[in-house]
Amino acid sequence: MKARTRQALAGWCLAAPALVVIALFFFVPVIGGLALSLTDFDIYALADLRNLRFAGLDNYARLLSQPLFWSAMGNTAYFVGVGVPLSVGLSLAAAVLLESRLTRFKPLWRTALFAPMVTTVVAVAVVWRYLVHVKYGLFNEMLGWVGVDPVDWLGDPRWSMPTVIAFAAWKNLGGNMIILIAALQAIPQDLHEAARIDGASAWARFRHVTLPGLAPTLMLVTILTTAGYFQLFAEPYVMTQGGPLQSTVSVLYLMYEEGFRWWNLGAASAVAFLLFIVILAVTRVLSWAAARWQPGAVT
Amino acid sequence: MLAVGAGLGSAACSRRDGRLLRFWAMGREGEVAAELVAGFEREHPGLRVRVEQLPWSAAHEKLLTAFAGDATPDLAQMGNTWLPEMAALGALQPLDALIAQTPAIDRGDHFEGIWATNLVSGTLVGLPWYVDTRLFFYRRDLLQAAGYAEVPTDWSAWVDCLRALQASKTRPVATPVLLPTNEFEPLLAFALQQEGELLRDGGRFGHFSGAGFRRAFEFYRSLFEQGLAPGLTNNQVANVWQEFSRGTFAFYLSGPWNISEFKRRLPAAQQGNWATAPLPGPFGPGASIAGGSSLVLFRRSPRQREAWQLIEYLSRPAVQLQFYRLTGNLPPRRSTWALPRQDGPTLAEDLHARAFAQQLERVRATPAVPEWERIVQEMQLSAARAVHTRADLDATVRGLDARVDAMLEKRRWMLARVGAPA
Repeated sequence: MKARTRQALAGWCLAAPALVVIALFFFVPVIGGLALSLTDFDIYALADLRNLRFAGLDNYARLLSQPLFWSAMGNTAYFVGVGVPLSVGLSLAAAVLLESRLTRFKPLWRTALFAPMVTTVVAVAVVWRYLVHVKYGLFNEMLGWVGVDPVDWLGDPRWSMPTVIAFAAWKNLGGNMIILIAALQAIPQDLHEAARIDGASAWARFRHVTLPGLAPTLMLVTILTTAGYFQLFAEPYVMTQGGPLQSTVSVLYLMYEEGFRWWNLGAASAVAFLLFIVILAVTRVLSWAAARWQPGAVT
Repeated sequence: MLAVGAGLGSAACSRRDGRLLRFWAMGREGEVAAELVAGFEREHPGLRVRVEQLPWSAAHEKLLTAFAGDATPDLAQMGNTWLPEMAALGALQPLDALIAQTPAIDRGDHFEGIWATNLVSGTLVGLPWYVDTRLFFYRRDLLQAAGYAEVPTDWSAWVDCLRALQASKTRPVATPVLLPTNEFEPLLAFALQQEGELLRDGGRFGHFSGAGFRRAFEFYRSLFEQGLAPGLTNNQVANVWQEFSRGTFAFYLSGPWNISEFKRRLPAAQQGNWATAPLPGPFGPGASIAGGSSLVLFRRSPRQREAWQLIEYLSRPAVQLQFYRLTGNLPPRRSTWALPRQDGPTLAEDLHARAFAQQLERVRATPAVPEWERIVQEMQLSAARAVHTRADLDATVRGLDARVDAMLEKRRWMLARVGAPA
């Protein structure tokens, strides 16, 4: 045996356990899910497999013609479209402020801002339900101090999604902030100093030194947050159960209802694949934009 | 490791000797079931009952996965709206033959409407364990101030009563009745008071555009349009009991569990001021929802005779009364309602429970199709939308029918295949 072949064989042997695990626990379920999405598997089929019908693309066609699917898509797009910029923007602001030389008690602030990240969604969502309560919540109490009428944060279809977005942005602030702080620390100090000597203002230094230095990390954080936000589920599940008037039904929440509440596993799998396609498309577009903006950043 | 081995060994043993019954019960009932079955174990020295508690939120999923994984217990408590689904799976043992051999259980002793919820295409699949319905909790003092000694029994007189409450000189109530818009029960109760079925052709198509449902829907919506009911969900009313005692509303549609809550949460000074009353109907006393839980026997259980003995024990009037004492759940047999109690009058004469006894004589089962839970959610959503957006009535009921028909498509296909009659 040639040395090269032997080396390749050894490589495959070393990779084999991981490949087997990935094949078993990722590809097989995915193919199973795809097959399921082409059938009308439901409780009748669970009782007797003869009640299973091959549906072809019917599940997909029915979903695409269902108003609830499109409103779930719209709600998810709303959440991603507003939530991602807000979330990343807040994380960036927090990171820059924490790295500023003027900030005192840095470890305290860092811990406080990071804390929501390590709590469980369910527990803090319950706390938030109290904070945003229409009569006894802290938010409306504070609005009252400045003479604003109380807002029914989770009960009013117009306010429910903004409330969920605010919650998610607060919850995810810490994680992105830590990544951005690491990236900030990697920007050489002499660049800032040179800019200052050249007479650049604080804003100009941020715009022309900090931002370009952060660009690859910012892109990474944006893509990860986008992919994560598309999978919105726990927040509406705990805070609103999709209500009021289905204003917080996300695509994943719709899948949960179809699959585990009504046991239409065929239709639920179809929802999952449609969501997968959307996430794939959006992240590809983002990566492409990143590559255009800064060659060699993230692809 | 040793402990695990020993545990497996003992589980295998108890499985083999056939003297252990597995009983699944949910929520609060699961907590007290162990106490209830103690008497059964004393009567049957060789038998042991293992009560396994399920939280309500996970129970449905757990039952389905247990069926798929061939791990169903011997018997279980089951909400009666789940019976059609579990029966469609073929998971439940029909009980007709067992009932025929058990003279202690008399069908005529049960409330007719509740018994009907346990029939799936004519076959009995569960035995009622406790019953549930919806009626009004109301403020007697406010009604008296408005000139009413009792709750009127028909719709138009009741609406007049609500208007009188609003116009009361001494103690006006701005929005006299609370019908939470996130609950399907208010509209469903009004709909069950109508002639005709909610699904037509043997549960093949929706019948929401029929005259009966239209009348119920119109009446329901008119209460909001006239400002008699506030367009609020349950979550928006922070503390129902507090608002009730403040007189924010005078009527609240709710179920039996609220009897103990009202006793516990309303201030002592208010205790004489609240009461319960059966629902008014279109032309006199009206029907309401037939809810509650049943006891079921699983087809795959190898110990059906023993499991049936336990079900029979749990349905004895004395045991049902003990169950009521432990949980406040209302019993399904009239003879239990008539049993003398140490601490007061019989249940049928109890100040707060007696309205339920009257209402239970007029409860009506919903269609026994597995899709019903989803259909009723869809109905509630249409109702909430109509209340909030003033959508057109005709378009609403037709749209509802179209969505319900789509949900029933598989059912129609299956019925056509086996050639079942309409």
